[in-house]
Amino acid sequence: MDQNLEQKARKIRLDVLKMLYECQSGHPGGSLSCVEILQALYENVMQYDAKNPKWQDRDRLVMSKGHACPTLYAFLADKGFFPREELWNLRQYGSFLQGHPDMNKCPGVDASTGSLGQGTSWALGYALAGKRQGKDGGREFKVYCITGDGESQEGMVWESAMAAAHYQLDNLTILFDHNGLQIDGTNDQVLARGDICKKYEAFGWEVIVVDGHDVNAITEALKKPSAGKPRFICCNTVKGKGVSFMENQVGWHGKPMNQEQYEAACRELEV
Amino acid sequence: MAEKKSTRIAYGEALAKLGAVDDKVLVCDADLAHATMTAFFADQYPDRFYNFGIAEGNMMTSSAALAQSGYTVFASTFAVFGAGRAFEQIRNAICYSKANVKIGCSHAGPSCGEDGGSHQAVEDIGLMRGLPNMTVLVPADAAEMEKAVFAAAKFQGPVYIRTGRLPTDICTDESTPFEIGKANVLRDGKDVAIIACGIMVPQAIIAADKLAEKGISARVIDMHTIKPLDVEAVKAAAKECGAVVTAEEHSIINGLGSAVAEVLADGMNAPFERVGIMDRFGQSGKPQKLFEAYGLTDKEIVEASERVIARKA
Ligand SMILES: Cc1ncc(C[n+]2csc(CCOP(=O)(O)OP(=O)(O)O)c2C)c(N)n1
Ligand SMILES: [Mg+2]
Repeated sequence: MDQNLEQKARKIRLDVLKMLYECQSGHPGGSLSCVEILQALYENVMQYDAKNPKWQDRDRLVMSKGHACPTLYAFLADKGFFPREELWNLRQYGSFLQGHPDMNKCPGVDASTGSLGQGTSWALGYALAGKRQGKDGGREFKVYCITGDGESQEGMVWESAMAAAHYQLDNLTILFDHNGLQIDGTNDQVLARGDICKKYEAFGWEVIVVDGHDVNAITEALKKPSAGKPRFICCNTVKGKGVSFMENQVGWHGKPMNQEQYEAACRELEV
Repeated sequence: MAEKKSTRIAYGEALAKLGAVDDKVLVCDADLAHATMTAFFADQYPDRFYNFGIAEGNMMTSSAALAQSGYTVFASTFAVFGAGRAFEQIRNAICYSKANVKIGCSHAGPSCGEDGGSHQAVEDIGLMRGLPNMTVLVPADAAEMEKAVFAAAKFQGPVYIRTGRLPTDICTDESTPFEIGKANVLRDGKDVAIIACGIMVPQAIIAADKLAEKGISARVIDMHTIKPLDVEAVKAAAKECGAVVTAEEHSIINGLGSAVAEVLADGMNAPFERVGIMDRFGQSGKPQKLFEAYGLTDKEIVEASERVIARKA
């Protein structure tokens, strides 16, 4: 992988770990698995203006797996939506960096999430609005939605999948963070979902499978010309990616690090 | 007071005990067994545990069907996603059909802490209280939670049980009775009655101690059952103490305070105040910080008590 990209991903992971260590709560596993997904969006694909976060023509991002917001916050700070120092106030009383993203508090957040399953409907609604704006002579903005694989157990995910195909929303892309784990175990232990790609195909979506830690591959999938339907990108990822003792460990979904663990994690990423 | 313990842990432990004595008990969860603590039951009785995945609505309606087939079903998730997201399933599948489902919901209120306003249910008691056929329990501490779980299992029909994430003070003991619909007077008094539920009960006791230092005698009532409300206990409090304060970790709209107000408005002439969350959402922060910011400490109970006493005719 590109050296600069890799450096950047390490830096973001270090930010995420520091944020989570400072507040002694939050969700390391799912934050670390979606770093490259957000990197592709913020570095290569999305149109936004950090100085004017509510710019009407911007592309929208819905962080449906809202518990992984430390990674989103780290990119927003990196892009200048707010000062980097604020990152260390994550989850503290009075901070605009809430435990789950609050669109009325944090600049650059397009949807208040945290209640799993609702993000795909937020994205659907934004995509409808984008089409409408395009028809009215404005920019038909694009909409990206990052969802968890456990999250796809929610019924609303499938209600919105049906609606997006019905309305032929080719300005809508779901990035599926397929790390295989949730809280009570693996997806298959908790509630097996079967082949997610076949399901989305059957719902009328364009489906692309990528290595979810390869920024270039994700970027390429995002930039592919429209197929006239909504796009589902299955990003195969590792929960806890980058920290060996967190990788693929269900127990690191939402556990605070002690000092020793934090230092060990940083050592792995700093090399 | 004994060591602190969360009511969610007590809930999970009680379910595991219940599982040992009643094989008709089934437990359901929605990928939060390690947070609601139903995992204690799941580990011992995997055969009687269903994980529905992150799908709360599906869990509630299916629980109704299991219950209508002769089982006693405990269904758990966070309060926002149970009482909130699955509200209509609880209404039409569980309450309308009078299914024998016990809904045990955790992480209610600001005591859930850093997860923030999206997760801190401030309205669940109100939502559940408005449903016909529903019984609503908000136990004061871990000791009372165990009794509440066993009482709910014995009771026929829908029950909502609110549990909490934060370890809190134990203010009842083995000898404290527990009967659904019957309030516990934890401390008698004559100048003001403090009617509290959940984790505000230990705060009410601290407030009563502080009031005592000022020469004020406060009655502390543990109103563990919000519905059916112990109307007699409320009327007696108004008559005998002449002033009433409620305290709850919930919006002042629709919760315990509103339930008590409904009784007082019915011909009782006692000055009254509600301590609770002032019609707003929670936010991230350490629980203690949030209690202070949202007015959920003994301090607010003391101040409200003094004000209602001053208003006595
Ligand atoms: C509606 C809803 N139910 C339950 C939860 C609690 N919860 C938070 S994260 C999580 C597991 C998410 O798993 P997954 O979607 O796979 O995310 P990831 O593995 O990427 O962290 C659950 C159940 C929630 N936030 N929202
Ligand atoms: Mg996952």
